[in-house]
Amino acid sequence: MTVPMPLIIGVTLAVLLGLATFLTWFERRLLGLWQDRYGPNRVGPGGILQAVADGVKILFKQDWIPPFADRGVFVLAPAIGMMTVLLSFGVVPVTAFWSIAGNLNVGLLFVLAMMGMGVYGVVLAGWASNSKYALLGGMRAAAQMISYEVFMGLSVLGVVMQAGSFSMRDIVLAQSGLWFIVPQVLGCMVFMLAGVAETHRLPFDLPEGENELGAGFHTEYSGMKFGMFFLAEYAGVVLISALLATLYLGGWQGPLLPPPLWFGLKTGALVCLFILLRAALPRPRYDQLMALGWKILLPLSLLNIAATGAILLLHAPG
Amino acid sequence: MFGILRTLWLTFLHMGHRRVTVGYPEHKPPLPPRYRGRIILSRDPDGMERCVACNLCAVACPVDCISLQKAEQDGRWYPDYFRINFSRCIFCGMCEEACPTYAIQLTPDFEMSEYLRPNLVYEKEDLLISGTGKYPDYSFFRVAGVKIPGKDKGEAEREAPPVDIHTLLP
Amino acid sequence: MATILIDGRACPARTDENLLQACLEAGADLPYFCWHPELGSVGACRQCAIKQFSGPDDKTGRIVMACMTQVTDGAILSIDDPQAREFRAGVVEWLMTNHPHDCPVCPEGGECHLQDMTVMTGHDSRRYRFAKRTHRNQDLGPFINHEMNRCIGCYRCVRFYRDYAGGEDLAAFAAHNDLYFGRHEDGALESAFSGNLVEICPTGVFTDKPFSAVYSRKWDMGGAPSVCAHCAVGCNTIVNARQGSVRRVINRYHEAVNRYFLCDRGRYGHGFTNAPTRPRAPILRQGGIPVPISMATALERFATMAKDGPIVGIGSTRASLESNFALRCLTGPDRFSTGLAQLEHDLTMQVPALLRATPARNPSLHDMESADAVLVLGEDVCVTAPRLSLALRQTLRRAAFPAADAAKVPHWMDAAVRMFGSDAPSPLMVLTPAATDLDPIAATAHRAAPDAIARLGFAVAHRLDGSAPDAPDLSETESRLADTIATALRTGRRPLIVAGLQYANAALIHAAANIATALHATGADAALSLVAPDCNSMGMALTGGIPLDAVRTMARTGHIGTLVVVENDLTRRLDTATLDELLAAVPHLVVIDHIATRLAERADLVLPAASFAESGGTLVSTEGRAQRFLPVITPTMPVQESWRWTQQFTRAATHADAPEWTNLDQIVATIAHDIPALSRIIDAAPDAGYRLDGRRLRSEPARISGRTAVRANISVHDRPLPQSPDTPLSPSMEGAYSPDTPGALVPFYHAPGWNSVQSLNRFQQEIGGPMRGGDAGARLLDDGIPAQAPEWHHDIPAPSTAAPDDLLLLPEPRLFGTEELSALSPPIAARVTPATLRLGTLPAGLQDGGMVSLTLAGERLTLPVRHDPALPPGIALCPPHLAARAFTAPVRVQLHRDDTP
Ligand code: SF4
Ligand code: SF4
Ligand code: SF4
Ligand code: SF4
Ligand code: FES
Repeated sequence: MTVPMPLIIGVTLAVLLGLATFLTWFERRLLGLWQDRYGPNRVGPGGILQAVADGVKILFKQDWIPPFADRGVFVLAPAIGMMTVLLSFGVVPVTAFWSIAGNLNVGLLFVLAMMGMGVYGVVLAGWASNSKYALLGGMRAAAQMISYEVFMGLSVLGVVMQAGSFSMRDIVLAQSGLWFIVPQVLGCMVFMLAGVAETHRLPFDLPEGENELGAGFHTEYSGMKFGMFFLAEYAGVVLISALLATLYLGGWQGPLLPPPLWFGLKTGALVCLFILLRAALPRPRYDQLMALGWKILLPLSLLNIAATGAILLLHAPG
Repeated sequence: MFGILRTLWLTFLHMGHRRVTVGYPEHKPPLPPRYRGRIILSRDPDGMERCVACNLCAVACPVDCISLQKAEQDGRWYPDYFRINFSRCIFCGMCEEACPTYAIQLTPDFEMSEYLRPNLVYEKEDLLISGTGKYPDYSFFRVAGVKIPGKDKGEAEREAPPVDIHTLLP
Repeated sequence: MATILIDGRACPARTDENLLQACLEAGADLPYFCWHPELGSVGACRQCAIKQFSGPDDKTGRIVMACMTQVTDGAILSIDDPQAREFRAGVVEWLMTNHPHDCPVCPEGGECHLQDMTVMTGHDSRRYRFAKRTHRNQDLGPFINHEMNRCIGCYRCVRFYRDYAGGEDLAAFAAHNDLYFGRHEDGALESAFSGNLVEICPTGVFTDKPFSAVYSRKWDMGGAPSVCAHCAVGCNTIVNARQGSVRRVINRYHEAVNRYFLCDRGRYGHGFTNAPTRPRAPILRQGGIPVPISMATALERFATMAKDGPIVGIGSTRASLESNFALRCLTGPDRFSTGLAQLEHDLTMQVPALLRATPARNPSLHDMESADAVLVLGEDVCVTAPRLSLALRQTLRRAAFPAADAAKVPHWMDAAVRMFGSDAPSPLMVLTPAATDLDPIAATAHRAAPDAIARLGFAVAHRLDGSAPDAPDLSETESRLADTIATALRTGRRPLIVAGLQYANAALIHAAANIATALHATGADAALSLVAPDCNSMGMALTGGIPLDAVRTMARTGHIGTLVVVENDLTRRLDTATLDELLAAVPHLVVIDHIATRLAERADLVLPAASFAESGGTLVSTEGRAQRFLPVITPTMPVQESWRWTQQFTRAATHADAPEWTNLDQIVATIAHDIPALSRIIDAAPDAGYRLDGRRLRSEPARISGRTAVRANISVHDRPLPQSPDTPLSPSMEGAYSPDTPGALVPFYHAPGWNSVQSLNRFQQEIGGPMRGGDAGARLLDDGIPAQAPEWHHDIPAPSTAAPDDLLLLPEPRLFGTEELSALSPPIAARVTPATLRLGTLPAGLQDGGMVSLTLAGERLTLPVRHDPALPPGIALCPPHLAARAFTAPVRVQLHRDDTP
């Protein structure tokens, strides 16, 4: 069973952007729920049209480029941010037959590569804005994202070793018996933390750091360019959740329900977990964040690789 | 580590808690009398304007949104005009704090939005109420030493009658 | 210089001052009430208590009154000492027991020395629970409010009013707690200096009444340095304004000129700036009907008029140098008139020349205070230059110094010095036709006609120096008087001669010059001061021009196309017939003025000028000191400076050499360049480019209120305040402010903890000394090169041979009412008394107060008569302008016998 490619691309794009938009509202409602408030509940049923209202507002806002900014780069940066996230979805298998790039044999590497590119979006935004807050935000982003990319890469190695493939579909299929979260619990944890840091979501949103940096790297952005960063962030949340589901939670596999639904459920639950993190945890200091990465996550992920490798070798046939 | 997980869990449990948000405007929350909302000018127990145009509120205001001009009638000072630009007011209450006569008071009314900023400029006619506000008893001129109609020299609180300056007796 | 230790800090101090002054000069916050820098110490309030230690080992010390203790080298003091603190707190607490709960309705509030001192001593809550003593107030006239409850009994008011200014009608009454400061009954305070009570009184007992009607707290008003325009003394003032209107005028300290005090004409004369009748738009008179027109139309009309023949300009002695000069540029020097009739013109022109040519010093007011022999020759300085008369009065106090020095009593020890003064002979000699306020304290006061006074003057000069011409045919008494005066002057080491133009008598000022020259030749440090009539008479004399009579001739011969009159009401200069004749011969009359004048009613075009409060400019005082005034209000078009109008005229009339001034400094520079005598006016004040710490000076106090509300009824949007190009002061509270501000630019006085005028102490290099930022103004006449051999004037008048019923009518200027601008100010107008004819001998059948008629300056008048037996025979007095508008100079008149008009 094959689905025509344009359809897949179209549906994925539509679903993704819709989802990101939806999330802007959903997150606020969920935060409200956990913080004993309502969140946006006035526009449309349950406030759902708030997302539309926000969208309209942001579209009609003056699209202003500060005179002191580096115009070209300033415009390019949000596009990079958005592109890399969207492209990553190309290799995420929703079901065995539903993924844009098909069964790309370097799928996981592609995702990591895209994440690496994503750094540019943020760093260039901070740089091109030519203002101190934006620059500081961009610097933080560069250091934070590049560091956590390392742990992310290392943490998934365990999965790759076990599955013996970089292909996402193979990885999912390798979990038909046991989800990798069980053997790779360490890796899963590291991956998840790295994911939060990569998407610079709370509590690791130091590049934005409202209380000290204004709005960090996107201080100077307004209108739809800001909207792009905003949506890219939510798309990033979905991406990391989808990756977590794929890599550790068996992807689309599950009993009874149809595969896409399983995939959706798992991803959705993880998105909620992301939001819960935001609702509950305060932001660490910047040095604490870096210390966590290099002093804890790095040894942990190395340990994970070593352990996985050792066990694999022990059980290796022959 | 455990603390973080516990936090997550406790936050998660808040799902089941009652929400504290009051759904204004369907439900109007009860506001305490000392709530800092719309500003009024009150009158003293005799029904006269309390404000003596001393300008202290104006100088205390951190955003400089009060302006007035002193005028005088038979020894009583009063503001000729008294203007508050509410589009600047931050409802900090400094003016009330500074007022030596209890004339200017903040009230528990905050529903004063307008579509046009000029409509937020209140003049004395808009500010002056006919009651005493929060302080029913105080009357500045009963304490002050100046002479006004109905209160001669020496008739204020804790004042001796005017001295006879033609005597040197102790 | 001595060094004293204040709380362990070594501070320099002068040995001729007291510890309070030394502490204040050292920047310490030491409270005081009864001491005043100009009045000295009496030790009445006990507020300035400090600890003095007899040596480094003395740990106990003793409490002394700082204001009553002389500075000694090495004195060890403590202001912070707990006992001294407690003492001072106690004093304030006692002072406050009777103080009413008035601050919110007290006009002193916010600039109250009592408030400042109470805060400084830390007294913040009342423990006294008994009844307060109260007082009834008095109506003290249109200038001063009285609220006796607020008195703390410091005695400053009476010390100033009686001891310093010689007033009689303010006194201390009753005793102990009931002490009362007021008049014996309700009524206007008579002294010409009553307004200073407002600044002298450290509390709200005496406050400014006209200001109270338009009251604003000190922190809410913008200020600008200004110069008083109501006489030629040139007192420095600060003008306060808010919301585009002038609120009050207060004193601005100038070490050498007015120091701490103004006269009431200067303080209350500003009301004309807010007059509702003021022209606010150009007015074109078409067929007798005034029509307001736009600026552009006005300039077009002028251009059309200019085609009809030569333009002639008439300047004014009450307009700034700049306004006169711009007019002179429009017309050319040959067609620019001083606006003075021939006699006054000639005399005015002579004054600077005389001052330059006479070898004697040309003294400042402060300089005059230390004269030890003073001859006032035919000028009632008490009305023509009131602040100058106050300076002369201080010579009396100086007379006590030798005795005080002998008794080792320091000069600041006021009461004791005045005690010595009561025995010292007065150095004052007054020769005038009518009694003056200085007479009661003068050693000699002699009544005579101006010519006779001049003769006496010449005689005195001759007695001092034999080579000076003598006045022939002196009577026995006159001769003896001349001897006495000459002897008195000769004993002085710093003799001073004061004369003026009041009686428009050239012989008078020449006699004065002769005496000064003769005194100088004796080796004394002689000084000569000549009092000019108007605030810029001297400026006009240095600018030069043609007299009004020359303008009349030009008009008669048809040489005038357009006559431009700047700030001059010719109806006060020319009698009706003469003026009619002049105007009839002039096709177009253009008047530029900031007040509504009678002349303007007849002009074809009237243009609204900016008053002193809205413009910058330079005035030259009678001492030859060029002083700058700066705008406190930015005028709203089409009101603009006279010089801007005339400059635009020049352009409109397409003169090839239209001056391109865009700000005051440029026109000042042009004047300095074109008129050598005025070259130093550039130094009168820093220019508009002056910056303190790289910023403009702020004209409003930092805590000005209501900035976002004051205009909100017009627009809620912020707008940048208009910045005048003529001043270094910003129009708002943004900018620098420091006690080092140049004296010429001080917009208000304030120092941390010192909100009242007493903060001035912080602005001076030493108390009563020059300003830290330098004093204002530039003296222009100091470059005279007197001739080697004394040059004598010989125009000695002949003895009077007038027929017995031939009267010489002299102008009798009044303190209030005869000066043009101040007379328009409501509080001053309230003090103007109706014109009278003062006669020495009443014609048969006429009672004091009866009516008499005469023809004066072309007007037939009927005036009440006042009998003044002291007047010399053949002399009558009548105030100028008040009865007959154009009456200014002495004339011979005949009273109409029959009373039929
Ligand atoms: S509440 Fe605060 S901001 Fe508003 S008028 Fe009063 S002092 Fe000003
Ligand atoms: S502080 Fe009170 S009395 Fe004073 S002006 Fe303001 S409202 Fe009036
Ligand atoms: S004199 Fe000073 S302290 Fe007394 S009521 Fe007036 S402002 Fe207050
Ligand atoms: S009236 Fe003023 S100056 Fe006079 S004693 Fe009282 S407080 Fe002092
Ligand atoms: S100032 Fe020293 S006693 Fe009054």
